Amino acid sequence: MKDKGIRINICMGTGGIAAGGAQVMEAFKKELRKAGIKASVGKRCTMHKVGCRGLCAKDVLVDVVKDGNKFTYQFIQADMVPRIVQQHLIENNPVSEWLVGEDYHNFHNKQVKVVLSDCGNIDPEDIEAYIKVKGYEALKTVLKKLTPEKTIEIIKKSGLRGRGGAGFPTGTKWEICRGVEAEQKYIICNADEGDPGAFMDRSVIEGNPHAVIEGMTIGAYAIGADIGYVYIRAEYPLAVERLKLALKQARKKKLLGKNILGTKFSFDIKIKLGAGAFVCGEETALIASIEGERGMPRAKPPFPVHSGLWGKPTVINNVETLANVPYIIRNGDKWFSSYGTEKSKGTKVFALTGKVKNSGLIEVPMGITLKEIIYDIGGGIENDKALKAVQTGGPSGGCIPAGMVDIKVDYESLAQVGSIVGSGGMIVLDEDDCMVNVAKYFLQFTQAESCGKCVPCRIGTKRLLEILDRITKGNGKETDIELLEKLGNDVKSASLCGLGQTAPNPVLSTIKYFRHEYEAHLKGKCPAGVCKDLLTYYILEEFCKGCGACMRACPAGAITGERKKPHKIDPEICIKCGACFEVCKFKAVGKE
Amino acid sequence: MVKLTIDGKTITVPKGTTVLDAARKLDIPIPTLCHHPKLTPFGGCRMCIVEIKGIPRPVTSCTTPVTEGMEVITSSPRLEDLRKTILELILSDHPNDCMVCERAGDCTLQELAYFYGIKENRFQGERRRYEKRDGNPFIERDMEKCILCGRCVKVCSEVQGVGAIDFAYRGFNAKICPPYEHDLDCEFCGQCVAVCPTGALTGKMWALKGRQKEIKEVDTVCAYCGTGCNITLHVRRNEVVRVTSKENTWNEGWLCVKGRFGYKFINSPDRLKTPLIKKRGKFKEVSWEEALDYTAKKLNAIKKKYGPDSIGGLSSARCTTEENYLFQKFIRAVIGTNNVDHCARL
Ligand SMILES: Cc1cc2nc3c(=O)[nH]c(=O)nc-3n(C[C@H](O)[C@H](O)[C@H](O)COP(=O)(O)O)c2cc1C
Ligand code: SF4
Ligand code: SF4
Repeated sequence: MKDKGIRINICMGTGGIAAGGAQVMEAFKKELRKAGIKASVGKRCTMHKVGCRGLCAKDVLVDVVKDGNKFTYQFIQADMVPRIVQQHLIENNPVSEWLVGEDYHNFHNKQVKVVLSDCGNIDPEDIEAYIKVKGYEALKTVLKKLTPEKTIEIIKKSGLRGRGGAGFPTGTKWEICRGVEAEQKYIICNADEGDPGAFMDRSVIEGNPHAVIEGMTIGAYAIGADIGYVYIRAEYPLAVERLKLALKQARKKKLLGKNILGTKFSFDIKIKLGAGAFVCGEETALIASIEGERGMPRAKPPFPVHSGLWGKPTVINNVETLANVPYIIRNGDKWFSSYGTEKSKGTKVFALTGKVKNSGLIEVPMGITLKEIIYDIGGGIENDKALKAVQTGGPSGGCIPAGMVDIKVDYESLAQVGSIVGSGGMIVLDEDDCMVNVAKYFLQFTQAESCGKCVPCRIGTKRLLEILDRITKGNGKETDIELLEKLGNDVKSASLCGLGQTAPNPVLSTIKYFRHEYEAHLKGKCPAGVCKDLLTYYILEEFCKGCGACMRACPAGAITGERKKPHKIDPEICIKCGACFEVCKFKAVGKE
Repeated sequence: MVKLTIDGKTITVPKGTTVLDAARKLDIPIPTLCHHPKLTPFGGCRMCIVEIKGIPRPVTSCTTPVTEGMEVITSSPRLEDLRKTILELILSDHPNDCMVCERAGDCTLQELAYFYGIKENRFQGERRRYEKRDGNPFIERDMEKCILCGRCVKVCSEVQGVGAIDFAYRGFNAKICPPYEHDLDCEFCGQCVAVCPTGALTGKMWALKGRQKEIKEVDTVCAYCGTGCNITLHVRRNEVVRVTSKENTWNEGWLCVKGRFGYKFINSPDRLKTPLIKKRGKFKEVSWEEALDYTAKKLNAIKKKYGPDSIGGLSSARCTTEENYLFQKFIRAVIGTNNVDHCARL
């Protein structure tokens, strides 16, 4: 990018588009034409839609690269474009107040991008853009120079483990499947991504679909499959569209289809849309769904590598797992395994959300500490409140208390404290979050998404939820904490699939580290002041100026009082909406 | 062949056998609710969990194939405790109105609750409530009693090849129903009723016809067609109140709508029990001799006057093959015409 000329990158992931990316692009086109730049610089002025670079909260992000110098703008809207064109491109004077600040750079500095290395830099709708950054070279190497066995060997040595949740060694999975005698085998890319708040896989497909296709094709060659499926949720229309386009382009270039790159190897990929059930991300349910059945898990063994899609040996890998593959082949297993810890190699993409200043998509080396993620990359807690816990692994994961933020983020360390890496959800919780309520939130999700096949999950999670619900409403019984632990552990032990086997984790881990919060609820108090039924609002007479703002705000008419005299809240009428608390300028409304 | 030990007992079984089947061969009891020997394994009720050395979590014996040298434990405090939790969970979402349930005394759930001594329930909570409004004529579907074992779904698609019902909805609201929750509109073979382990599915005409203990079971052959399915009549006070079929018969216990539900004619006042001849515009009961003589005379007269081809014979699928053979022989050789046919069409 050191060449002369102008390059403009506009973030057009789902986040970028939602923030107005398409309009910004139109505005640039118009302004450049008006200013005559397109004509004078000619071919050397290019504009690119690029995929997500993680910091969606600051969209639309726009890179302006002029004569090799890159400036990144944040929060750009179409009406801001004329000034950028005039001042930056014509007068050579970047609009400093719109440029990204220090936090943008901090956000990126501690990250190590492998899977996301090309996301946000290349145009995902143009196969040439991928090829320019060495795309499909790994496939060439594999098909022309490596045997399937050697390919598997490299992946095994790299230490790559599944990024879809369970962390199974990818090379080993391929090796087992390779070893099964069968005329037909399949490889499936799991792009169901149903965890609430997770968007890692979506961003990878939207930002660099060819890496996934290349990884899948290499996997197919390694195990001996000639048909692949991408199972992707229909709620990801942009990802589906870009994937379809990428498949078309790859077929045209003989990178997919019959006799790929002139070799004897043939392979093609079909797309199967999921209808939005979390459980369909579970591999056996996913297989049932592709087969046209209701997406209900099947008992293992037999495992899919032995008997998967239509009873044939099948490898299922996550999007991120597969997207790692081309980079490993290109740069070597040693390069990959130089990142990470002893047993967890490489990097992992996380969706960092919650009460953190910079929320977004991040890719970090395994073994980085939670603290570095929250404070260096995430910029610390919003409004400088106190960190309470971090929930990792989404609804299957657990909560890690603030006292443990020095913990390394890798498969083993997180498992040791009762959580998981999972697919990569990471929610930061602060002092205002009630842990019982957090557990209830996740259980509500898993309970609603249980497929209903097995008793412990179908009825067990419902009962867990009912118990949590009564605790947050102040109706908890003395024995409820023990009952939650007992039932939670039984549901984990007796459920059929990973959904039920992990659904109680948020409950069990919050009991483990925040038992006192549960106990407080049983005594009628919610320490974080979240559970409405346990709150009472009252007016502190010494601060009340009698302005009447609360009285006017109260929708229930629970507040009475004369002007300039302390007001009063009638607890019988109060509906605990908190309007008075919000509106009082003198901090005279208390809650407990 | 694969050799394994179950509860310390060694057994050798063919490859592909499940742990459950191997245990049953050893006469080791493992409780099950969703398992049915004639249907593909489901693994949903989780009652049949066992411990296998080397596998940390319990696995369902109905779905797990045996492997060489496997060491299985079918009962331990941990397993029994989990089974008890599972049963309590099921019963926490069940009407528990055994006293007035058609299946009382013949219900697998009731039996397990009895053996596990479940009197109190730690997991009391919300129960599914469904309005009863299934307008079909044969099958009573009380879905509040359904434990979602999936047997009915499987029998309908795997055995009957119909697929009239399936799972719908998710989580606690999961439910077995016909598409769009319409009233059941299928062949009404009642195979689902036969395999349901609870009182969720029963015959509408069975209602209030008596408990099993006062019923005499009479094995016989279904008279509806030449297939000759083995059936068992359930008789109370000289009235057939239910028809079933046993699994160890040649028809494996499967029946069609007529064999299972078409027994009302037995006690119908309209049923013909003697031959009738119309005399002066009115039907009169007569003896078999008189009826046969009368028929022979008439046939002879018609044949003489109009020729054998003016007569045709139509026989019934309810006759045996032998009877049908004799009938066509009679029409061809005695009457002398080829005008003979039969109501069955394949
Ligand atoms: C309830 C449930 C949901 C899952 N959802 C996903 C998902 O959305 N994406 C995914 O890749 N794996 C998901 N998994 C994990 C898959 O079953 C499977 O382990 C994974 O796709 C294997 O790929 P990997 O080895 O590359 O991680 C889910 C598992 C469970 C139990
Ligand atoms: S654990 Fe839950 S989601 Fe999994 S099979 Fe059982 S009911 Fe279905
Ligand atoms: S209706 Fe009966 S057979 Fe069908 S799922 Fe329910 S309990 Fe099982």
